[in-house]
Amino acid sequence: MQRKTSDTSAGAAAADWPGAIHRVLKSEGIGQVSYVPDAGHKRLIELCHADKGMTVVPLTTEEEGIGLAAGAWLGGERAALLMQSSGVGNCVNALTLSANCGFPLLMIVTMRGEWGEFNPWQIPMGQATPDALRLGGVRTLRLERAEDALDTVTAAAKLAFGGYAAVAVLIAQRLIGTKSFGEEP
Amino acid sequence: MSDAKLERRKVVRTLLDRRGDLLVVAGLGSSAWDCTAAGDHPLTFPLWGAMGSASMMGLGLALAQPRRRVLVVTGDGEMLMGLGSLATIAALRPGNLAIVVLDNERYGETGMQQTHTAYGTDLAAVALACGFAEAKLIRSDAQIASVRSGIYHGKGPRLYQVKVKRDAVPLVLPPRDGAYLKHRFREALLGKRAASE
Repeated sequence: MQRKTSDTSAGAAAADWPGAIHRVLKSEGIGQVSYVPDAGHKRLIELCHADKGMTVVPLTTEEEGIGLAAGAWLGGERAALLMQSSGVGNCVNALTLSANCGFPLLMIVTMRGEWGEFNPWQIPMGQATPDALRLGGVRTLRLERAEDALDTVTAAAKLAFGGYAAVAVLIAQRLIGTKSFGEEP
Repeated sequence: MSDAKLERRKVVRTLLDRRGDLLVVAGLGSSAWDCTAAGDHPLTFPLWGAMGSASMMGLGLALAQPRRRVLVVTGDGEMLMGLGSLATIAALRPGNLAIVVLDNERYGETGMQQTHTAYGTDLAAVALACGFAEAKLIRSDAQIASVRSGIYHGKGPRLYQVKVKRDAVPLVLPPRDGAYLKHRFREALLGKRAASE
């Protein structure tokens, strides 16, 4: 929010939902943040990289982040995992770590294939994402409006780390902005 | 074709003997049984599933506990399934992390089918190319002392691809209740606060 010096209205502040998520990760004591990048996560990834209190782990595939989060918890540290909905399917077998051992897991998933999607190849996994997560034992919370980012991600973190649960926040494609080539969302 | 002479049980027992503060993640299957045969330990987390995840669990643990040495003991099949994690680990360069791959060139739990190391994949070379501080192919007893030294004292990340015999060894199974394994590890490492976090 500090970066938006030219616009200090409450509405603009609320619109900085990546900034709000970063603040929640801080306040909930997240020490490790891993990601496979998505354009919708661009600002949050930058904020985490700039944060000296966070160890940021770029992944080659999303399921690596499930193992990472389990190892972090074994060592007494909390982790969060950022990805696009297309990566959710990659995680399914690794989710046994949460289901069997009760490792907390906080996933923050930017949705594709659900709102004005221009790329048909994004639609099957995007549409299957909520069910795929549920089948893997992951509770899901939807984030539809920028002003709800702080509350929703806080609730998800409490559920994950207080409840030893796997929890995913699904960030609506409508909130991120529909992607088209040559245009940053 | 393998002329491996090293015995996996003996290698693991030597590496885990007098283990001090060492934290261990064991990949599923024979590697976990080997670690258990060396002595079930609260600070060993044996996996029974989540194939391909052992090295990433080691990374998360190593980053969370930078003052402790972390060792991942896993098999060639398990390492191959998480090959990308070698690139991820190299990107973070954790100085306290070592991986020992017990390489019998076979999927030992599913009928001894050949893994890609039997077809020539050189895991140590992959680790070096990814940017590991050290990675070596180990074939002889004489080299095991240097593996041990690297695990306990060397700057990581390190990977040792240890060619081992394919001989069947007796099953020595660790506890398989994941919640129990998690909790006993955290309590041994973090003390009573582990239960109230």
